[in-house]
Amino acid sequence: MSHYYESEDLKKFGDIGQHAKALADDFFKYYGNVTGADGALTKREKALIALAVSHAQKCPYCIDAYTTQCLETGANPEQMMEAVHVAAVMQAGITLVHSVQMQNHLKKLVL
Amino acid sequence: MSAVIRLKAAPRPSKFDFEQQLRRHGMDLPPLAVDTLQVNITKLCNQVCRHCHVDASPSRTEMLSPEGVAKCLEILERHPRIRTLDLTGGAPELHPQFDAFVERAVALGKHVMVRHNLTVQLDGHPVTKQGKQYLPQFFARHRVEVVSSLPYYQAYFTDAQRGSGVFAKSMQALKRLNAEGYGIEGSGLVLNLVYNPVGPYLPAAQAELEAAYKRELKNKFGLVFNSLYTITNMPINRFRLHLEKSGQHEAYMDKLLAAFNPAAAEGVMCRSLVSVGHDGRLYDCDFNQMLAMDAVDARGKALSIFDFDFDKVLGRPIRFGEHCLGCTAGAGSSCGGATA
Repeated sequence: MSHYYESEDLKKFGDIGQHAKALADDFFKYYGNVTGADGALTKREKALIALAVSHAQKCPYCIDAYTTQCLETGANPEQMMEAVHVAAVMQAGITLVHSVQMQNHLKKLVL
Repeated sequence: MSAVIRLKAAPRPSKFDFEQQLRRHGMDLPPLAVDTLQVNITKLCNQVCRHCHVDASPSRTEMLSPEGVAKCLEILERHPRIRTLDLTGGAPELHPQFDAFVERAVALGKHVMVRHNLTVQLDGHPVTKQGKQYLPQFFARHRVEVVSSLPYYQAYFTDAQRGSGVFAKSMQALKRLNAEGYGIEGSGLVLNLVYNPVGPYLPAAQAELEAAYKRELKNKFGLVFNSLYTITNMPINRFRLHLEKSGQHEAYMDKLLAAFNPAAAEGVMCRSLVSVGHDGRLYDCDFNQMLAMDAVDARGKALSIFDFDFDKVLGRPIRFGEHCLGCTAGAGSSCGGATA
């Protein structure tokens, strides 16, 4: 019986080019250019951002890949956990800031 | 010592065949020099590190004999092209002739490096309980280059790999080395640290990690050092066993293979050093030594310090195995850090 989110499937990411190869090639080139080298941000900083996004988007493939990438770029567990807290607090903030909309509508409804 | 290495029947081709990688890149890696004699004088160690390729521990007993020490000194004296003696182990300071070996090599005008694990200063000899607190002063008096493992600038990774409490002891030991002038600009006393990953992943960029180590060790502990060497974990012995038990061996080998870097391969350390085992046998490196892959001359005869022939050592074909992918991945790895 197969399961969703098999860790072995991460290796097959490159196979998305089996169909619509030109688009996959464009994506991987862009991906490599963004994450594969130091730019205005270091590779380490980019890996920490990617780790935070991986958690916010709840992608287990990305969490594995960017935990490793963070270590391979010299990040430490405190920095990695802080990045996850940034993702968590952003999600909490995004939820809470929507309560302004709730309050706006509440004011309209209440006599 | 005259055993001829018998070649086994050709094994099944492996996707991790290092020599095939070299052929694919049109590369040949003969020795370029023999400028370093790296001697593994004992497998005895006060620590039991989880990644140790030597499988060193307090229960190991292998030691280079007094005749072996004398022979190494004779080789150093006879061959001026061998400029460096690199002492490793185990904890090399636990060998009963360690001090005399260093003193005599220095008297011969050789550059002496010691792979010093830091904690041995405070732990002392695990069997005889002899104290080793004098080591910083001894090193300084003989202007020995000290190379010390410190897997990270925080306790979490360091203790996970080297044992509980090792980080705190390492900070104390570094403080004692700094007090003798080690790592202090202008002192001429060189203290280099070695980073290696705490699991099956590749080291971060050496320069960037060195900057982080310098900043953190200075700010948090007031410690200084000269350079940081990044080293990749070799998939052999204790570390390989861990990889196999945790089901990560093939993935780690895939990672090393995918990261093969021809520029790193050009600088592999076996091209400029020869490794000596506790029984006097010669090897292309400390890793081959632990895999019992003797260095051989052009006719396949095992080489030894007891019939040392410089030209045969320089002209030997280096023996490679799957583990060599560890030295050629990414920025490369050697006893002197990145190679590319």
